[in-house]
Amino acid sequence: MSSTDKEYEQKMQSTIQGMIDAEQKALRKRRRQSEEAEACECKDGMFPSSRSDETDLTTRRKFLAGAAAVGASAMTSSAARAAVPAGSIDYPVQDDPTKVQGRLTSDDDGYGSRSQFEDAIRTRFPTATRESSWTMTPLDDSSGIITPSGLHFERHHGGIPNINPATHSLILHGMVNGAKKYSMEDLKRFPSVSRFHFIECSGNGLTEWRQPTLKTVQGTHGLTSTSEWTGVPLSTLLREVGVQDGAAWILAEGADAAVMTRSVPLDKAWDDAMVVYAQNGEALRPEQGYPLRLLLPGFEGNTHIKWLRRLEISDKPFMTREETSKYTDLLQGGKARQFSFTMEAKSVITFPSGEMKLPGSGFYEVSGLAWSGRGRVKRVEVSADGGNTWQLAELQNPVMPVCHTRFRFPWQWDGKPAVLQSRCQDETGYVQPTIKELVQARGLDGGKYGSIYHLNGIQSWAVAANGEVSNVHQY
Amino acid sequence: MYINIKLKSVSTNWLCGAVAMAISVTVVPMAIAGPYDFGSTPTAEEIAAIDIDVMPDGRGLPSGSGGHAAGKEVYAAKCMACHGADFAGVAGTGGAALLGGRGSLDSGKPKKTVESYWPYASTVFDYVKRAMPFNAPGSLSDDEIYSVVAYLLGEANIIDKTATLDAKSLPEVEMPNQDGFISDPRPDVFNYD
Repeated sequence: MSSTDKEYEQKMQSTIQGMIDAEQKALRKRRRQSEEAEACECKDGMFPSSRSDETDLTTRRKFLAGAAAVGASAMTSSAARAAVPAGSIDYPVQDDPTKVQGRLTSDDDGYGSRSQFEDAIRTRFPTATRESSWTMTPLDDSSGIITPSGLHFERHHGGIPNINPATHSLILHGMVNGAKKYSMEDLKRFPSVSRFHFIECSGNGLTEWRQPTLKTVQGTHGLTSTSEWTGVPLSTLLREVGVQDGAAWILAEGADAAVMTRSVPLDKAWDDAMVVYAQNGEALRPEQGYPLRLLLPGFEGNTHIKWLRRLEISDKPFMTREETSKYTDLLQGGKARQFSFTMEAKSVITFPSGEMKLPGSGFYEVSGLAWSGRGRVKRVEVSADGGNTWQLAELQNPVMPVCHTRFRFPWQWDGKPAVLQSRCQDETGYVQPTIKELVQARGLDGGKYGSIYHLNGIQSWAVAANGEVSNVHQY
Repeated sequence: MYINIKLKSVSTNWLCGAVAMAISVTVVPMAIAGPYDFGSTPTAEEIAAIDIDVMPDGRGLPSGSGGHAAGKEVYAAKCMACHGADFAGVAGTGGAALLGGRGSLDSGKPKKTVESYWPYASTVFDYVKRAMPFNAPGSLSDDEIYSVVAYLLGEANIIDKTATLDAKSLPEVEMPNQDGFISDPRPDVFNYD
């Protein structure tokens, strides 16, 4: 093995190991919290428990008890917040809530928080810096189709800027009849639209090309989320500025430290692109581009430029770093696909999924998500025998285009080893392929771990006789 | 958008004469297609302040110039801490490998660097200008950027170490992987039924 080979091996190995370690850390934390929830009969209780962290657990329990004893005055201290999951407040728990009055109305100062007993959180991939990094949505804890704004996956290239909307503006210029500058107030005066769309990072599943690597559905599929987005159709703004003949591309640029950029085909801008300022009924979260982001339904996530400050109309693509050296798909033979925008049809079973443990044979509602960047999900099938036989799953209505679609499938588990899979078909007729079919089409010369981006293959979860669920490859 | 207009006790009705009655009419408004003329016209200065992109044909390149020697100093002071004296990237910093890897793209162990993978010199200029150095993005002068690009491409033996880069010469640089990219042919797996 040459020194270059060794270097390559070491680098890839340490990257992947870092991801595995980060997931393990999150799992350990979760197991501890699961143990603390006494006599849990819910899905959380289906996580296998670990007895190896007893010291840590005991310490933590004492800490929790102490925080509770201090009472209401400590509620907002950072120590009290640290004792309960992110996004919740450590409120006292009554022995019998029917015998004492509950906490005071508006005691939360007018903005609610989730229960301190809910612990689903985004987990971060261990990239070298926390400015250029990403977090994954806990799909294993998901219900329905909407991702809570605080759990929407993140990908930042230069940290999260904190922008005052009063001073933010969007400038459209380039091959236009008249350049325009819009304040947030200006943008909110235009006729608005609200649409439900998923955003998926093209790197979703990058560890899974060659072998099952991460253990949970959060690790394998957590770079997709769905929100209701509200804003202005980009076509409205294009009509305002007047696009000149010969224009074909738009450069979208963010106001973050990466001054993140992507070139977008003008056709997409006319078709269904939006500039959005609201998510799930309130202003965008800062991590999602507050106060303004681009939304390109069905396109890979990095093109939905956050903290949007500039749109330049041009005749050619700008060939920025993100669309040349990154977010291109290296194939067998050394050529790379460029401007591979579309997120193809994909589905995954979120329950049961990796690291869960089914308590015994009997009825389970298998449930998951399906989506396609090309339109509506037409059909989802579920297999419990590793793809030998398939049965139709029920789709949750309404089924919306370019949106997570929840599917459900009643399953009577006989207690024998099983392999659960889902595959979807979108309205174009395209059927979600196996990972093997994708590898055949693209090769693994993009590297030991494949082409990295755009893995939309069928996910397999093995259910062992003892009920433990694990990530496997089965074609 | 719908405008709901309720007219109560309309006293004149062209069919029924004097009979007073209540009617409810839902009017679908005419589409208002604009222009709305919101916003303002940005000044040339306002656009120039953020119009920093550089295209492969050189559009957007600023005036100024720089060469290998000056670039070496810029690299040592501003880049080397993360990208390394050997241009291989310093572990733990997030600094990517910048040079090497030429010919590795079809080896099964691709090493993607500026030298081996980036298709245009303009991309290097553009990215350094907008986002580097990581701890002080956007802080280099245009001369410093020309210099450091000349230094990197010189060390990669893509341009001569005596070359000076400016708005005229930079777009003429031919990168090794300039023809390494193809358009997206997907769907590439056909399971249609």
